[in-house]
Amino acid sequence: MRRFELVLPESLDDCVKALARHGSEAKLLAGGTDLLPQMKNALLKPAVVIDLSGVSRLRAIESGNGQGLKVGAAVTARTLELDRSVRSRFLSLAESGALVGSVQVRNLATLGGNLCNAAPSADMAPPLLALDAEAVITGPKGERRVPIAAFFTGVRHTVLAPDEILVELAMPAPGAHSGGNYLRHTPRRELDIAVVGVASQLTLANGVCTKARIALAAVAPVPLRATAAEQALEGQAVTPERIARAADLAVEAARPISDQRGSADFRRHLVRVLTRRTLTTALARASAS
Amino acid sequence: MPKQVLSCTVNDEAAEVLVQPWDTLLDALRERMGLTGPKEGCGTGDCGACTIHFDGKPVASCLLLAMQARGHVVRTIEGLGKPGALHPVQEAFVKHGVPQCGFCIPGVVMAAAALLNENPHPTEEEIRYGIAGNLCRCTGYTKMLAAITEAAGAGAGRRS
Repeated sequence: MRRFELVLPESLDDCVKALARHGSEAKLLAGGTDLLPQMKNALLKPAVVIDLSGVSRLRAIESGNGQGLKVGAAVTARTLELDRSVRSRFLSLAESGALVGSVQVRNLATLGGNLCNAAPSADMAPPLLALDAEAVITGPKGERRVPIAAFFTGVRHTVLAPDEILVELAMPAPGAHSGGNYLRHTPRRELDIAVVGVASQLTLANGVCTKARIALAAVAPVPLRATAAEQALEGQAVTPERIARAADLAVEAARPISDQRGSADFRRHLVRVLTRRTLTTALARASAS
Repeated sequence: MPKQVLSCTVNDEAAEVLVQPWDTLLDALRERMGLTGPKEGCGTGDCGACTIHFDGKPVASCLLLAMQARGHVVRTIEGLGKPGALHPVQEAFVKHGVPQCGFCIPGVVMAAAALLNENPHPTEEEIRYGIAGNLCRCTGYTKMLAAITEAAGAGAGRRS
């Protein structure tokens, strides 16, 4: 690896100050599972690396009033996979954490890293979109909140300014009778990157769907919601026919490319299949909760 | 660029070494502490040959900077068992003759020991999943599976 100056802040304030001082010369180091390989290959050559591992606030998981959840940006994929408060009410997020890399990588890789790298295939993005999460961002001008759907601006680009840090993800309580699911398709079962990923979340009241969320990964430059498909379910009893109709509408929201992982047609097929499967599981979980 | 002082616990002993900011933890263990059990296969977290326990959890030590271990507890294969008092996973690997070229074995043993520590009685599926992050170019996975299954039966998960 090329030489760099390593800054070891112990607080979020010190992080913001270090970032303000070094600006675009600096890279934030969280889990390192994406950053270090890119630095070793000299794809990235930061003069300064700011290590976030000493900032305990970034690793916190907090259940708020009303049972919402705040997850620190440096919480690892493995923690999301195992944490009880995440598993009990935000299961799709735990499921996405369980799919990232090997256990050796999941113990390092972070939620914030997955989001800030902004790969279209990021596994943790669709569950957050389906859970109406907000990104809490801080910088020299103070804190701001951005809905996660607006966080991504393009392939490997986000709304973060060079002097800003993603602090945590805040999610409202899904409420009673709500269930979610994340599934992705990969040629290998482990250690692979999603050809398509789909997260669904359904909330029910008296047998009727009061809220539906369907979010897609790896079918557009940024993760996106299939809003027409959601609207086809809201206010209705969720039947297999309506799920099939929503899956068709989700395909229309996808704008996939063809690449080495799959053709655009194959990706559209996967959107239909995975939307149907995740909605079916979400419905079963919502009914059981 | 000045070197930095890394203070951490390595194999149950307090360690204090000078490292460069760009040293990975794997570099520091191998080059500065003489612990050459963990190996550099790919250097990008794909092969698992550098697997160590970091605060008890298996991680790819090639993906951590050395200074990120400050204040943390590190265990390498050298600290898992001793000659005459091997870890049950090590004993089973010897008995089943698992190593071929041997390069991947320290990483596999550390991954397996961590798996059994968290899940003392894994299913075959769980064992396969637990070592999914370790590549063996000799393709000796069948014997690994047999040895880890036996170590689980021998109660490896209640030790380490």
